[in-house]
Amino acid sequence: MADKHENNRSKLLTRRALLLAGGQAALLGTVAGRLYFLEVVQADRYQMLADENRISIRLIAPPRGRILDRFGVPLASNRSTYRAQFIADQSGDIAATLDAVGRLVPFSDGDRRRVLHDIRVKHGFVPVVLKENMSWDEMSRIEVNTLELAGVSIEQGLMRDYPFADKVAHVVGYVAAVSEQDLSGDDPLLELPDFRIGKNGVEKAFDIQLRGTAGTSQVEVNAFGQVVRELAREDGMSGQEIVLGLDMALQDLAMQRCAAEGSASCVLLDLWTGEVLALASSPSYDPGAFAAGLSAAEWQKLVSDPMNPLSHKAISGTYAPGSTFKPMVAMAALDAGLITPDTEFFCPGEFTLGNAVFHCWKKGGHGAISLNRAIRESCDVFFYHTADVCGIDRLAAMANRFGLGVELGIEIPGERTGLIPTRGWKLATTGETWQRGDTISCGIGQGYVSATPLQLAIYVARIASGRRIAPRLVRAPGVMASGADAAAAPSQDFASMAIAEKHFEAVRHAMWSVANEQHGTAYHARITEPGLEMAGKTGTAQVHHVNKEVRDRGIVTGTSVPWKDRDHALFISFAPADAPRYACAVVVEHGGASGGEGGAVAAPIARDVLILAQKRDPVHRVPETPFGAPARLAQG
Amino acid sequence: MDQPLDYGRSRQSIAVKLLSLNWGLVLLLGVVAAIGIAMLYSAANGNWQPWAAKQAMRFGVAALVMVAAALVDLRTWLRIAYWFYGIVMVLLIAVEIRGAVGMGAQRWIDLGIIQIQPSELMKIAAMMALARYFNGLTIEETARPLRLVVPALLVLFPAALVLKQPDLGTAMMLALGGAAMFFLAGVRLWQFGLVIAGGVGAVPIAWRFLRDYQKNRIYTFLDPENDPLGAGYHSLQSKIAIGSGGIGGKGFLMGTQSHLSFLPERQTDFIFTMLAEEWGLIGGLVLLGLYLLIVVYGYAIAFRCRSHFGRLLALGITVNLFLYVFINTAMVMGLIPVVGVPLPLISYGGTAMLTVMFGFGVLMSVYIHRDVRIGRFGDGGE
Repeated sequence: MADKHENNRSKLLTRRALLLAGGQAALLGTVAGRLYFLEVVQADRYQMLADENRISIRLIAPPRGRILDRFGVPLASNRSTYRAQFIADQSGDIAATLDAVGRLVPFSDGDRRRVLHDIRVKHGFVPVVLKENMSWDEMSRIEVNTLELAGVSIEQGLMRDYPFADKVAHVVGYVAAVSEQDLSGDDPLLELPDFRIGKNGVEKAFDIQLRGTAGTSQVEVNAFGQVVRELAREDGMSGQEIVLGLDMALQDLAMQRCAAEGSASCVLLDLWTGEVLALASSPSYDPGAFAAGLSAAEWQKLVSDPMNPLSHKAISGTYAPGSTFKPMVAMAALDAGLITPDTEFFCPGEFTLGNAVFHCWKKGGHGAISLNRAIRESCDVFFYHTADVCGIDRLAAMANRFGLGVELGIEIPGERTGLIPTRGWKLATTGETWQRGDTISCGIGQGYVSATPLQLAIYVARIASGRRIAPRLVRAPGVMASGADAAAAPSQDFASMAIAEKHFEAVRHAMWSVANEQHGTAYHARITEPGLEMAGKTGTAQVHHVNKEVRDRGIVTGTSVPWKDRDHALFISFAPADAPRYACAVVVEHGGASGGEGGAVAAPIARDVLILAQKRDPVHRVPETPFGAPARLAQG
Repeated sequence: MDQPLDYGRSRQSIAVKLLSLNWGLVLLLGVVAAIGIAMLYSAANGNWQPWAAKQAMRFGVAALVMVAAALVDLRTWLRIAYWFYGIVMVLLIAVEIRGAVGMGAQRWIDLGIIQIQPSELMKIAAMMALARYFNGLTIEETARPLRLVVPALLVLFPAALVLKQPDLGTAMMLALGGAAMFFLAGVRLWQFGLVIAGGVGAVPIAWRFLRDYQKNRIYTFLDPENDPLGAGYHSLQSKIAIGSGGIGGKGFLMGTQSHLSFLPERQTDFIFTMLAEEWGLIGGLVLLGLYLLIVVYGYAIAFRCRSHFGRLLALGITVNLFLYVFINTAMVMGLIPVVGVPLPLISYGGTAMLTVMFGFGVLMSVYIHRDVRIGRFGDGGE
């Protein structure tokens, strides 16, 4: 009976065991089926997900295009910077590693505290910056010793470099971190944390060309986002090089001379091509500081400076042109046939219109005076008469033809148009009708008239060439200046001014007289070297209206007046006088360091700049010298 | 009894016993363990440290334990079954109390080179106790519900303790293993129906005892894409790693997901994922096939055993192994929620290795003593 029972129990167990085995087989089959489903049916999907997990696409910022002067001298380029990073997880002894770093490169206690703090608050696998902006020297000292510096690694980056610092800052501009407003574009580069874009000058105007296109790097990352290795790389396109027409030697001289006068600007044009050879504005600033990031204090210092270093005065400063306006007034009257070079007016020292009296700068007057002398000695009364007979409509139209009061379209931002007043303008702005007296003030470049130094340079270039010269800052991409280039004839691209040549001749001759004849207002600043003579016109712009009361007290000038109240000194010129090639305009705010007038302060700057320009000209009149070989200059 | 042999002979020499070890099974276990060591070598990016070497050493120690367990007479196992269960239970309660006092820190007992988790040992101890208990019951007695109260408590009490630890995986294995023993012992199917119904009814109550993270795991299992970086991360990353392996795998040491640390716990609970990533469908199926062979061996040993106790014990141990494998692989493939169950012989860890090998030792003891007569009362029959 026991055996039978045992037998039954055994049968039951076997049956149940087989059932259980069946169940297990089904479960194991499910697992195997699931494995098949995952690894075969859904393999593609999971393969993709796996790659998404591990492959991260990183943008590579392309090197920003350089900005070069006409001979290839770099005005803005890129400099390698090195940054030491530290991954705490990879270091056995953090304190010892930091000590070792401190023995190799300058590493202050403050740096150490910051690093230790960063290590405390960040994950151990996140790189912490040990030292930014290391030199090549410092970098190599660390690189050589990496074996002893577990966890320390070097990252290379590019930083914008401005070798001439403040010498050409306003033209080149600067780059800075991308701001919220800049993010409108769809260039993914802008979202890179260290990316810099052009914020001013050529850097801004040609930002897209300079920027280039992003490359990509496919990297394998681990679950913590650390890069394990690079899988593929697609290089982007470096930014284009921008070649300016600027000649850094001339720019340097112009900047030096302007800086010596405090707040001043100087424009030098090649009037054959319209190329801007120098565009100086002082005081200036260091664009490198913007690229590196400006502190609040530095920024405050820049914006609160009364001489306004951030302002690009050569294109944004508007000044009453003063007597530099007179050649234009003469052109208007000559062109209209209202005067001839021989027309004489009598200058008693003042000009009366109803109750109003307009004074000549020369108290006793010039007596009977005709065009040449009137320009040479800058007689005011002559031009009161001339303006009066012309009327404002003719004056305004002619001023516009010379580029005054209109936009010239220079490539960089910040250009202002100045003002050439018209009847309509006055009515619209002041609600009053135009008066004859307004025209008379305009006759000597005062009153409502204002112009930028660039406009003054274009205006004198148009007088010198008889063509509608337009300014050009940037040359064709990649084309450096050469001897052949310099030998080019005046560009026929510029339309003629459509004014009789004899009128130009009369005015140019008068301007030659200004700078080459005794009694000429710029005689003391004349160029004495044969063949390089310049012609020009001085100007003094009143900052404050001189009324009768002031005049009766006696007009004081020079350094006895507060700087802000002193007159501006101006000078426009071209050279060589007999075959004009260069045009130059100089404005020295408030007469500069000496508080002097145009002829005394502004003209010497123009003179020196024009001399250097002509001497650097590879083919023009320069005798072969052992050093200044034209070909060498051309090769830059 | 007309058999000439004396099945009741109480002693075989040790040499004879060693020779009669199931060497095929030993070989199988060795192959699986070797695969495990290879995976641990890969998990450390091609290094013996920190896992592979230690695991190999542990396998050696565990193999000795296995042989020792195999040499113990089956009747001795029967005799000490309750004692053994009692000792493990005391240890379990002890670590539970210490755990409660020590803010839930340690759930193991440190034996120097190996740490013992009583909950792991309980899996074998419970099987042994149940086998002894059911061995003592007639078919008729098994049918009586009152007779089932004691064995039910034998399972549920430790399961509840383990669940409280909280270790959902081990609790699940204890409960399922116990249920399998009840089933094998011949408990009526309608009684199972009743228990299952009761269990379903108890879900809302049990739910309240689950920890938040356990609940999250279940939520996540139900909707894994819901929270890919949070609670669903393990499950999703595991599926990605397996799926991206494809048929042939990415090659030994070449698994990207596991080596780039996307895969969590790649040396322990998720080691099957790494294997499937590096060796693909083929490798996965080969390993499952090896486990299947081990299970088949277990069944064969059970069927060849003459004693009811031996059969129950062999089947219980086999089911236990099967549960390890099934729960682990189903978990890493997202078939069931993530519960912490290691893959036997492969996952890094001393206790599981020791427990599993000890289990195989007992299984081999059943094999060696397959012809030993054991009566309902452990007396040699009749």
